Amino acid sequence: MSKTLAEKIWAEHVVRAAAGEPDLLYIDLHLIHEVTSPQAFDGLRLAGRSVRRPDLTIATEDHNVPTQNIDKPIADPVSKLQVDTLRANCAEFGVRIHSLGDKDQGVVHVVGPQLGLTQPGMTIVCGDSHTSTHGAFGALAFGIGTSEVEHVLATQTLPLARPKTMAINVEGSLKPGVTSKDIILAIIAKIGTGGGQGYVIEYRGSAIRNLSMESRMTVCNMSIEAGARAGLIAPDQTTFDYIAGKPHAPEDFQAAVAYWKTLFTDSDAKFDVEVNLNADELEPFVTWGTNPAQGAALNSTVPNPADIEDEEARGAAERALVYMGLEAGMPLKKIAIDTVFLGSCTNGRIEDLRAAAEVVKGKTIASTLRMLVVPGSARVRLEAEDEGLDKVFIDAGAEWRNAGCSMCLGMNPDQLAVGERSASTSNRNFEGRQGKGGRTHLVSPLVAAATALRGTLSSPADL
Amino acid sequence: MDKFIKHTGSAVPLRRSNVDTDQIIPAVYLKRVTRSGFEDGLFAAWRNDPEFVLNNPAYKAATILVAGVDFGTGSSREHAVWALQNYGFKVVISSRFADIFRGNSLKGGLLTVIIAQPDVEAIWFAIEADPTTKVTVDLESRTVSYRDVVLPFAIDDYTRWRLMEGLDDIGLTIKNSGSIDAFEKSRAAYKPATLPIRG
Repeated sequence: MSKTLAEKIWAEHVVRAAAGEPDLLYIDLHLIHEVTSPQAFDGLRLAGRSVRRPDLTIATEDHNVPTQNIDKPIADPVSKLQVDTLRANCAEFGVRIHSLGDKDQGVVHVVGPQLGLTQPGMTIVCGDSHTSTHGAFGALAFGIGTSEVEHVLATQTLPLARPKTMAINVEGSLKPGVTSKDIILAIIAKIGTGGGQGYVIEYRGSAIRNLSMESRMTVCNMSIEAGARAGLIAPDQTTFDYIAGKPHAPEDFQAAVAYWKTLFTDSDAKFDVEVNLNADELEPFVTWGTNPAQGAALNSTVPNPADIEDEEARGAAERALVYMGLEAGMPLKKIAIDTVFLGSCTNGRIEDLRAAAEVVKGKTIASTLRMLVVPGSARVRLEAEDEGLDKVFIDAGAEWRNAGCSMCLGMNPDQLAVGERSASTSNRNFEGRQGKGGRTHLVSPLVAAATALRGTLSSPADL
Repeated sequence: MDKFIKHTGSAVPLRRSNVDTDQIIPAVYLKRVTRSGFEDGLFAAWRNDPEFVLNNPAYKAATILVAGVDFGTGSSREHAVWALQNYGFKVVISSRFADIFRGNSLKGGLLTVIIAQPDVEAIWFAIEADPTTKVTVDLESRTVSYRDVVLPFAIDDYTRWRLMEGLDDIGLTIKNSGSIDAFEKSRAAYKPATLPIRG
């Protein structure tokens, strides 16, 4: 029977199927961090259980770690307790960990791919909703809660109901200055925060195939912002080339590639839903509201809630404009920014830093704002320093930080103050996400860099 | 996990859509290493507003939250479920839940009930008109009822059975560890492992 890519991967991982029960799915890789794991390890201890497959498990410290003074003890005692707890749990249960100061420490979704542990056809989970990032390799990857983290630690499996499948076809070619971030923001604005709920999304079409691996990760990363637990892209030569030479690339690379080449949606397979997007028409895209679907082309204006037909969406837009301190009809490019954040599992990879550095090189950021550059991992930071990107950012007036989730979610000291407005390359513009009372506009690395120079939301074309 | 068969209590209307898990519990409250004590962080930003519905004394005893569409979007943090439970909620009713939040809630014994939006609005009107209105959620008959209204809701047989028996998934899966052993024997050699450490 013909199958979609997601259905193929699913079928290959079913340990047990029984009528009226969820399938029991085998998990190939389990990523762990300090925030969603302590209660899971505690559960194992209480039940006298061990970690079934430490060799398929890896931990790092990312969510609440500081990005400055990392050679000193963590100042926040509660963050320190969480990090210390992770280290103790990993030591007790034999789990590999990359701690602060290690070259493979960093945002968990940057670390997996850079080590070559993320490969096509795998099932990958993590107690973090942005696990969908790994779908860029043609893996079925999704976020789980802490009870499920405990379940995977104990059994290396998860009981799961089979999801429906959605194809998002993006055909055409992107204009200069338009990035994969703009693609995914436009998709979310089109289908809404609940549009992908219950589905695994497969991103397809020429515009997707032409993206680099890192750009594909940006697209898959934000699948959850459209409500989809997982988003994936069929592996191809771009994928194979990216994995080749990574520390954990398969030793028998040819055997792996032979299998990876079977990972595509059969031509006569049917998706439950298909959505089409024309890449030719896309523009740099930014959000104006407090959920990731409240976005618009940078060249447009803050929408007028009165024009929104759906009562629920209208109410949400009205509330969002009050929270964001914006007036309907205002050009988005007139919005003045206080902080630019370049980083996160969405846009904290080397390619993102290179793109932004290219824009700010030899220039100075606006005196009215600060810019934080937070590499996604220590390895990305080292690579950037080798290329001199740190100097480019520092010379422009930006702050060059150590790796972590940082201001994406403001669990560490990197936070917005009340009323402070950011242009952020992260993934969520929820109320208070980057700090209590903070206001977030989601943008691409190119828009972040141009905004840093001009002080108002801008694209490189405005320079 | 406690068995869930039937719950009767008063209910609080949360007339907001897209309530993401950062609103349910902001990240700064996620630093505990236990499963308890998260009630302080529940809707922390909104609770500063005296007008926020949870600050209304009339709803102080409520054990059922009736929320707008797309409840629980965003971050996978199970702390959102714990915060609701630690605060005293037994049930959340909405016309649509985000997948991860719903999975987390049903694993942890917080019953999430999906009913149509007009029915959600009808409950809102009833509990706003009279905050002492008792709402009953009966998992056995799969119904929500209040006054003379009875609303059926759907939940799959397996999850319902598991909640009614108060069983946790890990124990159930370990009964099938023979299938896991057999599966592992068939895994391809080129699949990556985190140990031994390379590079």
